Amino acid sequence: MSLKNKLHDIKESLKGKKMAPLFGGFHTFLFTPNDTTQSGGHIRGADDLKRTMNMVVLALVPCLIFGMFNAGYQHYLALGEIKHTASGFFNAEFWTSSNFIVGFWKIIPLVIVSYVVGLGVEFIFAIKKGHEIEEGYLVTGMLVPLIVPIDLPLWMLAIAVIFGVVIGKEVFGGTGMNILNPALTIRAFLFFAYPTWMSGDKVWVEGARAASGSADGFSGETVLGTLAQGKEMATSVLDTFYGFIPGSVGETSTLLIVLAGLFLIFTKIGSWRIMLSAIVGALVMGYIFNMIAPSMEGTKFYGLMSTEFWHHLLLGGFAFGVVFMATDPVTASQTNKGKWIYGFLIGFLSIAIRVFNPAYPEGVMLAILLMNVFAPTIDHYVVQGNVKQRLKRIKVKTT
Amino acid sequence: MSTDIKIKKGLDIKLKGEAKKELSNASRSKIFTVYPEDFHSIIPKLSIKVGEKVKAGDAIFYNKFASPVSGEITEIIRGEKRKILAITIHADATDSYKDFGAKTPSNLAEPQVKQQLLESGCWTFIKQRPYDVIANPANSPKAIFVSGFNSNPLSADVTFALQGKEEAFQTGIDALIKLTDGKVHLSVNGNDSFLNNIKGVSLHKVSGPHPAGNVGTQINKINPVNKGEVVWTVNAQDVAIIGELFLTGKYNTERVVALAGSSVENPKYVTTKIGASITSILDNTNIADNSRVISGNVLTGKNVGKDGSLRHYNNTITAIPEGDDYELFGWTKPVFNKISTTRALTFSWLTPNKEFDLNTNTNGEHRGFVLTGTYEEVFPLDIYPMQILKSCMYKDLDEMEALGMYEVAPEDFALTEFICASKQPHQEIIRKGLDLMLKEIG
Repeated sequence: MSLKNKLHDIKESLKGKKMAPLFGGFHTFLFTPNDTTQSGGHIRGADDLKRTMNMVVLALVPCLIFGMFNAGYQHYLALGEIKHTASGFFNAEFWTSSNFIVGFWKIIPLVIVSYVVGLGVEFIFAIKKGHEIEEGYLVTGMLVPLIVPIDLPLWMLAIAVIFGVVIGKEVFGGTGMNILNPALTIRAFLFFAYPTWMSGDKVWVEGARAASGSADGFSGETVLGTLAQGKEMATSVLDTFYGFIPGSVGETSTLLIVLAGLFLIFTKIGSWRIMLSAIVGALVMGYIFNMIAPSMEGTKFYGLMSTEFWHHLLLGGFAFGVVFMATDPVTASQTNKGKWIYGFLIGFLSIAIRVFNPAYPEGVMLAILLMNVFAPTIDHYVVQGNVKQRLKRIKVKTT
Repeated sequence: MSTDIKIKKGLDIKLKGEAKKELSNASRSKIFTVYPEDFHSIIPKLSIKVGEKVKAGDAIFYNKFASPVSGEITEIIRGEKRKILAITIHADATDSYKDFGAKTPSNLAEPQVKQQLLESGCWTFIKQRPYDVIANPANSPKAIFVSGFNSNPLSADVTFALQGKEEAFQTGIDALIKLTDGKVHLSVNGNDSFLNNIKGVSLHKVSGPHPAGNVGTQINKINPVNKGEVVWTVNAQDVAIIGELFLTGKYNTERVVALAGSSVENPKYVTTKIGASITSILDNTNIADNSRVISGNVLTGKNVGKDGSLRHYNNTITAIPEGDDYELFGWTKPVFNKISTTRALTFSWLTPNKEFDLNTNTNGEHRGFVLTGTYEEVFPLDIYPMQILKSCMYKDLDEMEALGMYEVAPEDFALTEFICASKQPHQEIIRKGLDLMLKEIG
């Protein structure tokens, strides 16, 4: 008997039992189910949610691998074991196995904890509520390790994931029903619960925190952190574009994120409207700050205000947030018109928060979470526009 | 008068097994069946008994619903709570017709036309929006819409199916003109057809992908239904049946039906009558094992099985393979043999002219709504599809009304249902929403 038939028999024997969703979760990963259409049209398109989510995970893989190399690179750079020489994206000092190994052993545990804990919570809810296991966490589980500092203790990550999945998603009814982006909810939880592990100049480079205070202590600030303190930026623009800078695990390489964004637009999985309008929004805000920066010289805002407006796109988690988080269809605006407004405000607010928030010079997380909350309001007014048009049609007739 | 309408949003689903333009006569079906469920929201009251003889055009229930053939009532099949599921008629070898008298519609007044249609059973061919149910004869519609072409996958070519019935079609249109103070709108797709020369109608040339041929799309672009307004719709082939009633005085339910689909050995057109058994329509044509036989097209038809019959509003019989099998890593492997509007390792965008052999597999499990903006790409109506579907699900009547529920029928959501990654039953959701409105608002 083939594997297919064996699994089919197990599925039949579990029907109606508590463990059915759990088995189904694994079974449907191996085989697309034998469900046929029961109402309405008799044929269906090729796409399902698993395929859709899988595209986003695929787009994230290059960022993950780059993050592993970068973790080692930043580590050895800070220790002074290697010297920084800018020589293009395929720079020989960066793509070394020793860099990769450092990153691999730090990042794989983050990925495993994220998936095991997150999917565990999903399984518990699926069994409790008797519905199928939904694939929303496939993407979230991959996003989370990429947006945290590399030295984050695993137990903190686990607690944050539980919080994010339960409060961010399951209490609203699961995949498709949540108001806030679950991955950002997890990050926001970490940010407010364990701020010393999530910000400052000691968390972005592997080993920096452990070594701090000792004789060979080193610091690893993000570029944004440097700028926020009004210091000169020591990194070249190309390095910020390629991603050879300290930061959260997977968000440093703007180049790879742009490629992933183009992939998502090409596959029609990610909304180009949101990505484009967010970039426009960021440029507009950045430009406004550039204009007023000269009058602010001497204030603590000057460093980031005077950063060239286009350079903001390359710094911090902006690009990552815009491509992977802002485009989450569930928490974004759902109407096409609404997406323009939603995206624009995310870009606009990201840069505003970045400049004005002294404690934490990255605004994209808070900007997206804020706009998540306002997305239904934006949609409401867009849909009302359609409703009003419909009412106008009658009025034109009756007059 | 002719106006051009261009539909931009939509999707042509090209499938294997299109009916060849060869016409043959189906063998005479021994048993004809009338299914009350075809007449949505009607609760039938029988006016005949088992064993009674009927002529074609004799009422069999609710005094408006007529027998398609002459013969003897053999069985009344009932389901739960004695609901009438089907009425079967053992047909005579040749039909004898009840004579309703030949009349020229242009010489008649509105009430006489209505009376002729109501008495003969032809009224059932006239449907109304809102609610997509049989028209209420007490109303006066602001317009009547007839779509002169089909854009559904594998569905019958209207011009071909109506050959030889040109005069009947014109007479049917003449009758419909009497029923409205507004216009009778006829839409064509620009192909060479006698429909381009029909008199008395407002002719529209509609181009673009499916659902360009759906009457709902045409209504939305030409004269959308507002609150308190009613429009009526009639299928093109049924206009000819109405016309024949006036020309000959007979209720002749003869229809040219496309026999199509990849499971059909020799796809072609056959002449038959409403209610005829699928076996008689198939005649000697083989259908592959493990196929689904659908009365209607693959997007809106009904799964009737090989033992079923041609339903009241259908002009196509489609047979496609059942998809009741598992597919290894079907969710992640590149897909070349299925249709998709995305490019998520799906490659139908590379082969826009390929004819696909789709089966009935859902290609994934049912989920909550997640993706946004995808429905809008295939939905040409000036309505927010996901929002209206959700309003139906949480049964907010005010919102359903505001979002345009009076304008839609389930078939308008067949394409959004087809591409839905969450595999939501859109047509069922809309039907239930319309039923709720009909019950609460009426």
